[in-house]
Formats: sequence, structure tokens, C-alpha cells
Amino acid sequence: MIDVQHLTKRYGDLTAVSDVSFRAESGQILGFLGPNGSGKTTTMRIITGFMPATAGTVKVAGYDIFEESFAARKQIGYLPESPPLYNDMTVTAYLRFVARIKGMRRAEIPSALDRALDRCGLTEVAGRVTGYLSKGFRQRVGLAQAIIHNPSVLILDEPTVGLDPRQIIGIRALIKELAGEHTVVLSTHILPEVAQVCEKVVIINEGHVVIEDTLDQLTRDRTLEDVFLKAIAQEAPSAEEDEASGGEEKAAEAPPAAVTEEGAA
Amino acid sequence: MRNVLTIARKELRSYFVSPIAYVVLTGFLLLGGWFFFNLLSRFNVLLSIYTQFQQGAAEQLNLNDFVIAPLMHNLSIVLVILVPMITMRAYAEEKKGGTHELLLTSPLRTGEIVLAKFLASFVFICIMLGLTGVYPVVLIAFGNPEIGIILSGYLGLLLLATAFVAVGLLTSSCTENQIIAAVSGLVATLLLYIIGWPADTAGDVLGPVLRYLSATEHFAEMVKGLIDTRDVVYFVSLILLSLFLTQRSVESLRWR
Repeated sequence: MIDVQHLTKRYGDLTAVSDVSFRAESGQILGFLGPNGSGKTTTMRIITGFMPATAGTVKVAGYDIFEESFAARKQIGYLPESPPLYNDMTVTAYLRFVARIKGMRRAEIPSALDRALDRCGLTEVAGRVTGYLSKGFRQRVGLAQAIIHNPSVLILDEPTVGLDPRQIIGIRALIKELAGEHTVVLSTHILPEVAQVCEKVVIINEGHVVIEDTLDQLTRDRTLEDVFLKAIAQEAPSAEEDEASGGEEKAAEAPPAAVTEEGAA
Repeated sequence: MRNVLTIARKELRSYFVSPIAYVVLTGFLLLGGWFFFNLLSRFNVLLSIYTQFQQGAAEQLNLNDFVIAPLMHNLSIVLVILVPMITMRAYAEEKKGGTHELLLTSPLRTGEIVLAKFLASFVFICIMLGLTGVYPVVLIAFGNPEIGIILSGYLGLLLLATAFVAVGLLTSSCTENQIIAAVSGLVATLLLYIIGWPADTAGDVLGPVLRYLSATEHFAEMVKGLIDTRDVVYFVSLILLSLFLTQRSVESLRWR
């Protein structure tokens, strides 16, 4: 469903993302983890077609994001770090606008609008101006915006940041509900969130994928915290190595680094 | 085209749901009304003086030269200042609010976004200029100005304002700060307005170049009632060049 192969992005001399590859199967929730500045947002921006990669390919629902950009973009719902809301529009007007620019036909919009409002629990604020909504509701409007055109893939960049615990639980439940009909890539640095929601985990550090595995496999004999701290403490693997097994072996070889990292954390 | 209209409608709506449209329109009409009142009362005084002293001299005074032409020149100066303030938010606000990420990840061509924003601002300045139509209507009702010259002047005013809009949108697309967008837009439109000033003393080569670059020179011809292809071509190429550069500038957001 999402197939990222050897993705590299350079900004001048700075390499933000280097040879990143991973796959998310249809209906899966993939947790995309990494410390701040590790290249999560850059990778997501490339997958959504916001910016081109320096090298590598991305396939979304079978469409290449660079070659068949429009077809691929129609299959993607994207919630950036801060929800892209127009603060002078009502929730309904905003969602209708998004549905239009995502290429939906006029006749399909009313039912899609009702569905999105209903799923995201926005029916009671449908007529309110987005600029006056609380952060939790803004985040939900952002999510509604991402699902309105019924895309097969959802890319969510830190969807629960800044929400109160009740809202976090609500959004997580919603994301779980959305999986199945949508493939979800969820970026976050809240580990319990991944443990609760995701089936597969990709950990990225300094622009390299260090772990790609299912959550069950990873947490069989240790906690996700351990896995994460060990993964980001090691040197990034070279391109030829298999990310998952290579990453774990290296992690096992480098306990001192992991300890200092843990101490620092 | 469908996408262009969708975005343009949204843009135009946001002018009118916020106080921006009303403040700008009121301000523009207030200044325009004051200019009109002044020019008209001066015309009346001149008329009474001329008829007192010289028989037939009043024939040389006409509404076109003494009221409409100066009114249009005054309005054009107001446009230099107001248009960048209308266009400053077009791209800067999107970038600040992160909504450009929504637009650029939707199945839209960059050209469609640029055209839509241009269309919305164009419609807005058409409304602005349309409302000043009451002044000539008053003159036509109570006097006999030449309508052809008025229309030609309005075409000039519209082309001038549209070119300023295109330039203002370009400066807005280069920054995420609205103040910077407005100030650089103002500098650019003002420069277009005054660039011809040193033309007379700038020599045989530079002089005509500066004169050609000056928006005022081309505008002044149209206010006189002369619609020359040269002048129309000047404005149209300025608009197209600005739109092209805006498209490049928006596209470059993807590369940063």
C-alpha cells in the first residue's frame, strides 16, 4: 500500500533522510518513530508529494508519487504537524473546500461531509468558525480534512501533540477505527501510543531506518522503550544491511551507548 | 478551471468575512470622494472666474481634463498604497498557517493556485473601481463629459491596478511575513510609479527605457483617451511576468 524505496533527501550539504526503505501493508497502522530532527517530517512530506526526494521512489496505492503524482495524491489524506485550517471558515465550509480541491465530485460531497463530521465527532461544532475552536477540536477537523475524500492512505504527523489525556484517548480510538479501510502511517515520539495503536514499527534515527518490524516481534522479550533507546543510540547502519535484523544486532553489540543514552533521557 | 474557481471563491470569501474588504473599500471610497469633491469645487470656482473675465474662455474648461483626469491620477496613487495591502496575505498567510501544505499536497497544479489567487484579487479590485463609478455618473448626470475618455481612463486604471495586484501577489509569495510582503509590494509598485521621473535627464539610451518601464507613462496615455497597443502590451506583459514568477516562487516552496 505504501512502498518507500531507498529514499534520500538532501538540503544542500545536509542529508535529512538517507536511503530510507519501508513498507506498510493495506489496512495496517504503521508507527513511525524517531527522535526530534531524525527526518520523520521530511519523509512524510516526501510521501505526500509536498516535496520531491533527491533519490528513491515512493509508491502509494500502486501509484508512484513522482510519476503519477495526481493519482497518488488523491489516495492520500495528510494531517501535518499543525492542522492546516483556514481560521475564518466554518468547519463545514472548510471541509467542503478540501473535498473540492481533492477532486471529489459535487454530488459525492454531502454524504462524505456527513461521514467525516460523524466519524471525527464534529457534528456539534459543524457550523462554528475553526479559528475559535479548542485545540482538540482543531486536531479533529484536521483529521476530518484528511479522511473526507476517503483516501486509501492516511499520513498523520504527530496527531496527539498538545491534546489533553481525554482527547488523546479519543484520537487514538479514532485512528484505530480508521485502520482497516485506510492504511495509516502515524508519526509520533510517544512510545505508549505506538504500543497501543500500531501493528508495525519503523524507527528512524539521523535519517536512517534502524528498525522495521512488527510490534509483536519487537516487544516479545523487552519493552518498546528499550528497543527505541537502543536503536537510536547506535550508529546508523550502512545502506547494504537489512534494516531490521542489522539494527537489532547492532543494538545488542552496543550496550554502553544505550546506557548513556538512557541515563541522559 | 474547476479548481481555480473553487480556490478563487474561497479567497474572495475570506476578504468579505473579515473586516479587510470593508475597511479597504471604505477607505478607498472616502479618499476618492474627497478628491472628487475637491476637484469639482475647484472646477466650479475656475468656471465662475473664467466666465467673469473672458467671454468664451469657459469653453476651454471641460470636465474630462479638470476633474476626471486628475481624479484618476489621484486614485492611481491610492492604489499604489492599497493594492499591496490587499495582496499581502495571499501567500504569506498560507505559509504562516501551514495551509500551503494542504494546497501543495492536493491534486492541484501550482498554476491553478496562482491563477485562483490572482482571479480573486482581480475581482476585488474590480469591485473597488466599480464603486468609484458613482463619480463619473454624477458628472454625466449634471454635465457633459466625454464618455469615451472616461472609459479609456477606467481601462487604464483597471490595467494599472491589475498589474499592481500581480506584483503584490509576487511579493507575498516570497515571504511568510505579511508586513514584509506589504512593504516590498509597496516599494515595487511605487517604483513602477516613479521610475520614469529621471527619464528627461537620463540621456538618450536610459531615458526612453525608464519612460517605457514607468507604469504612470502608459497609464497617463489612457487617461487622455488614447488606447495604444504599446500601453496595453506593457501592462499585460507586466502581469504575465509577475504571474510566471509567482508560479516559480510557489513551486520553489517544495524545494526548501
